[in-house]
Amino acid sequence: MDRVPILKIGQTLFVSIQIDLQDESVMLLQEDLADELSATGARGVIIDITAVEIVDSFIGRMLTMIGSISRLFDAETVIVGMRPAVAITLTELGLSLSGVRTALNAEKGLEILNGKA
Amino acid sequence: MDELPILSGDDVVRVRQQVRTVAAKNGLSLVDQTKLVTAASELARNTLVHGGGGVARVEVVKSLNGRSGVKLHFADEGPGIADLDLALTDGWTTGGGLGLGLSGARRLVDEFELNSKPGAGTSVTVVKWSR
Repeated sequence: MDRVPILKIGQTLFVSIQIDLQDESVMLLQEDLADELSATGARGVIIDITAVEIVDSFIGRMLTMIGSISRLFDAETVIVGMRPAVAITLTELGLSLSGVRTALNAEKGLEILNGKA
Repeated sequence: MDELPILSGDDVVRVRQQVRTVAAKNGLSLVDQTKLVTAASELARNTLVHGGGGVARVEVVKSLNGRSGVKLHFADEGPGIADLDLALTDGWTTGGGLGLGLSGARRLVDEFELNSKPGAGTSVTVVKWSR
């Protein structure tokens, strides 16, 4: 099973998904992030999905849940780097990722977390 | 014609990759490839989770007016679906999910056919045409 690494830089946890996600990997990421948030007290999470070719209803639901879990640790989640084709497909699928913020790229995501946006 | 087993999460990923390869080779745009692969992901998961595993088939088809398309067929021998209309309703779920898998997959493709009976398994066939 591939595991998605989590990097802590300052008060932010960075996750860049570079693998073909299967359901178990996403659930593992959710658990690992909760552990990291609890252990580090990080205030923000950036999830980079630049390399993610599809987001289906399961992955979408997991991303939303990661946002909700982060809030319980007083941290905000920003999803960054969504591909245009993924955005179109997600919308047609009926998913809005409500509850998580999105930004064009990691830099803009960081600005949101730092309160500059 | 490739037949792929769907018996694990890894198999679901392999089905997605195969659908992507065939769709890209047969003239589907990037957005249409993404829609078809996403639909395949939903349907393969259903085959695995609700059908207890099954198979997927990926084939290239030609329409009468010469357009090419990709046809996907998913089949399982699981418990089947009692109420097909209900199963295709947005938000209806037995699995604790969002209830968008089957209904969403239908929106993402051009043709969609669902066959199922309680106790007799489920099969879904979808087609996405190049534009």
